Amino acid sequence: MLRLEPRPQPSQWMSWVSPLLALAFTVLLASLLFIALGKDPLAGLAVFFVEPLRGLRPVSELLLKATPLMLCALGLAACYRANIWNIGAEGQFLLGAITGGGVALWLTMHNLGSQTLMPFQSPEPLGPRGLYAPVVLLAGALGGALWAAIVAWLRDKFNANEILVSLMLVYVAQQLLNYLVFGPWKDPQGYNFPQTKTFDISTWLPVLLPSTRLHWGFIVAVVAVLAFWLFLSKSWRGYQLQVGGLAPAAARYAGFSSRSTLWTALLLSGAMAGLAGAMEVAGPVRQLTPHLSTGYGFAAIIGCFVGRLHPVGIVFSSLLLSMLLIGGELSQSRLGLPNALTSVFQGALLFLLLACDTLINYRVRWAGRRGGQKKEANDESRGAQA
Amino acid sequence: MNETALLIAAALASGTPLVLAGLGLLLNEKAGVLNLGAEGMMLVAAIAGFAAAFHTGEAAVGFVAGAAAGAGMAAVFGLLVIWLNTNQYATGLALSLFGTGFSAFVGVSMVGKKLADQTPNAVPLLADIPFVGPAFFQLHPMVYAAMALAAVMAWFLYRSRTGLVLRAVGESPAAAHALGYPVRRIRFMAVLVGGALCGVAGAFLSVVYAPLWVQGLVAGRGWIALALTAFATWRPARVLLGAYLFGGVTMMQFALQSAGVQIPSQLLAMLPYLATIVVLVLISRNPVWIRVNMPASLGKPFHPGG
Repeated sequence: MLRLEPRPQPSQWMSWVSPLLALAFTVLLASLLFIALGKDPLAGLAVFFVEPLRGLRPVSELLLKATPLMLCALGLAACYRANIWNIGAEGQFLLGAITGGGVALWLTMHNLGSQTLMPFQSPEPLGPRGLYAPVVLLAGALGGALWAAIVAWLRDKFNANEILVSLMLVYVAQQLLNYLVFGPWKDPQGYNFPQTKTFDISTWLPVLLPSTRLHWGFIVAVVAVLAFWLFLSKSWRGYQLQVGGLAPAAARYAGFSSRSTLWTALLLSGAMAGLAGAMEVAGPVRQLTPHLSTGYGFAAIIGCFVGRLHPVGIVFSSLLLSMLLIGGELSQSRLGLPNALTSVFQGALLFLLLACDTLINYRVRWAGRRGGQKKEANDESRGAQA
Repeated sequence: MNETALLIAAALASGTPLVLAGLGLLLNEKAGVLNLGAEGMMLVAAIAGFAAAFHTGEAAVGFVAGAAAGAGMAAVFGLLVIWLNTNQYATGLALSLFGTGFSAFVGVSMVGKKLADQTPNAVPLLADIPFVGPAFFQLHPMVYAAMALAAVMAWFLYRSRTGLVLRAVGESPAAAHALGYPVRRIRFMAVLVGGALCGVAGAFLSVVYAPLWVQGLVAGRGWIALALTAFATWRPARVLLGAYLFGGVTMMQFALQSAGVQIPSQLLAMLPYLATIVVLVLISRNPVWIRVNMPASLGKPFHPGG
């Protein structure tokens, strides 16, 4: 009989080993799945873990997809550290795409943009064109924060469960996007496709590496990681946030407001996800379509846990999840397997991580059948006394 | 007149998966386990049920397959949460994320296939009553089964000895343990049965309600069912009531459209989700309702040794 024995103290070492262990089990599971599907497991794994690293272009795609994951996961880490269960990053991402995209579209429609794409020119551009892309990003961050503010407000004012509210708002955000691209924002010259005009080039995020799609948003995300690390480890507000999550009673005793923690965590998280959404439309997509929701917000939940809610950990976990995303796309063309393979592996990774995390707090002991029963009986009586 | 009757019938059908899943989750929560994986369990059960019904041509086989798939998913959750003491929130989330991906993965080959429409079984004699007949007596047997289940659940929880023990486990696992009840085994059974019921709910959607498979078919109903248990303040009869209310809201979009109300369909499609939020707010603003009825140890792990 295997049995779990509580450790006197959580194992620090295990909390870093456990994600690696979970990854190893995920790879094992993936190999078994490939064999079960009649594919060569080595070829299958190569699609996920080697191909995305082969050459500049694949690596740039890896970083491109890791960017929104990093941003969303950072924001979620703030929430989870404060014990606030925001799981609606996908909706906040979509709202960021809507508000950021809306501003980009407005700039485009008012012909305030560049000389290259528009057939006729407005004589006076509105402000320096170099600011358009930052304004789009800012609008996205505000939109995401606004969507998260609804969650914070309902929780603060009416004590409504943030898990369910934030999740319901994902579906609402998707319908809102659908409404806009099927309705008022639809491109009249778009052959009746539900999509907006392509945004003017002046609103695009500049490309970071020529001949790739990697844009400046990646740099913004890296800066966000650093800023977030400083915020958590050095700032008073960051400290309050963590105490509120770890020991609510102690936080109350110290006079830290749980309300301000709630608002800080959710606004931060929403702004990050919204920023990621705006980057997606001002970066690679360059228009609004109903298909902007690619699950970054949900994958970021996994990234957040696998990265141990730590900014540096999140960088690595986001790269890993991005690898899985690209691997899923490749496995469709190379192996003829559905793209959804990505989310199977992502989900399995989180499952296995949670299972491995047991080792942080418990020690696995092998006890012989009889000895085990005896020990169990001892524990039972101890439990009864407690 | 006749249209209203059809609308009532549609609302009852649309509320049925919520009744089934809501009652399953209620059972879980009464035992002190919060399973946020309902959406994932329903999705996997929906594709399993659809595939089974498609290949055998029997809706009943679909329901059995759905229940088995739901219970299987719940078993994984239960093992992690109850025996390995993982965080219930995170594990439930993992179950939902995994189920969403897994159902999409295995369901690819089923997209675009369609089952024969399930002809509603008219109850003899009663179905011929004008208005009442079409509204209440020409529905799929599972609709009535769900109603009966609410009664059974109420009896089980509040009138049977096992139900009493189950509630004790949810209120105070330490006390139940001290009295000699196998807390973890009871919780695991509750999780399995709850998963099976979520499974039947998922299969109802893909086999009877739709009846087809598309990715993300469940569309948040698993989460709505979770909200429903809070809305019902953990009372079976109120789960029934709440589910039909939501069914009614879902059907309202079609009613409004056919009445010629000029609202874009996408905004109407938001209604069930907005209604869930509104209901959550209304119910949560009164902390007494929640606190009095919520199982005291809901979401908290229990380890007899420590």
